[in-house]
Amino acid sequence: MASNRRTIEGCFQLMGGAFAGAGAASSELKTVLMSLGVPQGIVRRASIAAFEAEMNVIIHAVAGTLHYEVTPAKIHIDVTDMGPGIEDIDLAMQEGYSTAPDWVREMGWGAGMGLPNIKRNADAFKLDSVVGEGTTLEINIFLTEENYADNT
Amino acid sequence: MELSGVVELVCGRIVVKEKDESFDITAVCTTDMMSDVLHFAKKGELLVTSLNQSQVIMTAEIADIPVVMVVLGKKIEKEMTAMAEKKHITLLSTELPMFTVCGMLYAKGLKSCVNGK
Ligand SMILES: Nc1ncnc2c1ncn2[C@@H]1O[C@H](COP(=O)(O)OP(=O)(O)OP(=O)(O)O)[C@@H](O)[C@H]1O
Ligand SMILES: [Mg+2]
Repeated sequence: MASNRRTIEGCFQLMGGAFAGAGAASSELKTVLMSLGVPQGIVRRASIAAFEAEMNVIIHAVAGTLHYEVTPAKIHIDVTDMGPGIEDIDLAMQEGYSTAPDWVREMGWGAGMGLPNIKRNADAFKLDSVVGEGTTLEINIFLTEENYADNT
Repeated sequence: MELSGVVELVCGRIVVKEKDESFDITAVCTTDMMSDVLHFAKKGELLVTSLNQSQVIMTAEIADIPVVMVVLGKKIEKEMTAMAEKKHITLLSTELPMFTVCGMLYAKGLKSCVNGK
């Protein structure tokens, strides 16, 4: 990437129940970060946070978008959905809490570890939700100039 | 332990080959819950699971786990094979159950990717 392109972004539409394409956004983000020379530990944290957020829309919501933006200062991931919303955010944040139905568990999701995973991997994390309307999630992972090598 | 040794040990077969037979496997993760993989797995080379869906491959890619083994002879869906090819994940299959596979690998000195023990 030319050194004058200091911001790289991408936007994905997510559909509830669309497991077939699940992970496409996180996978692209991972590829972008690797091509920028971001250290592997940071790439892993960002990919895991994005993937869990993406899966939550597919599992729990009706439709949503994932937008990511990478600058020399940070990796910013924004996930907004239309869906049932989360009634009790503190409860949802607890490890092991899940309302996922059995058919979702049979696909390997619903351990109740997604939101705690996102929080753990993010430097800054903001979750807002309105019951009956939807949920927004903002994730930031900070970079330094050395981490954002931009040397490709 | 070499990839080819693992396949032989569990009487398995290679469904998608993206690594050399000599690829070294030292640490293993075993679960059917994908968020557990993303939460607990540290550095590991093999994910053993009874799930036969492409979700598992996506999770392996995100968690940097290059080899996935499906146990119990579960029929591997063609979407899963296609995803493994696309993501360059080596996919193995065995008829053996999870308990037996894990016991065999443990006895050969392989470690858990959760705590390295
Ligand atoms: N986008 C969302 N819309 C509505 N509810 C959500 C959303 N994200 C999470 N939740 C609620 O919060 C709970 C906990 O979410 P979390 O991601 O931690 O676990 P999970 O998705 O149920 O399982 P896992 O992530 O381990 O597969 C969910 O079961 C669900 O009730
Ligand atoms: Mg989740």
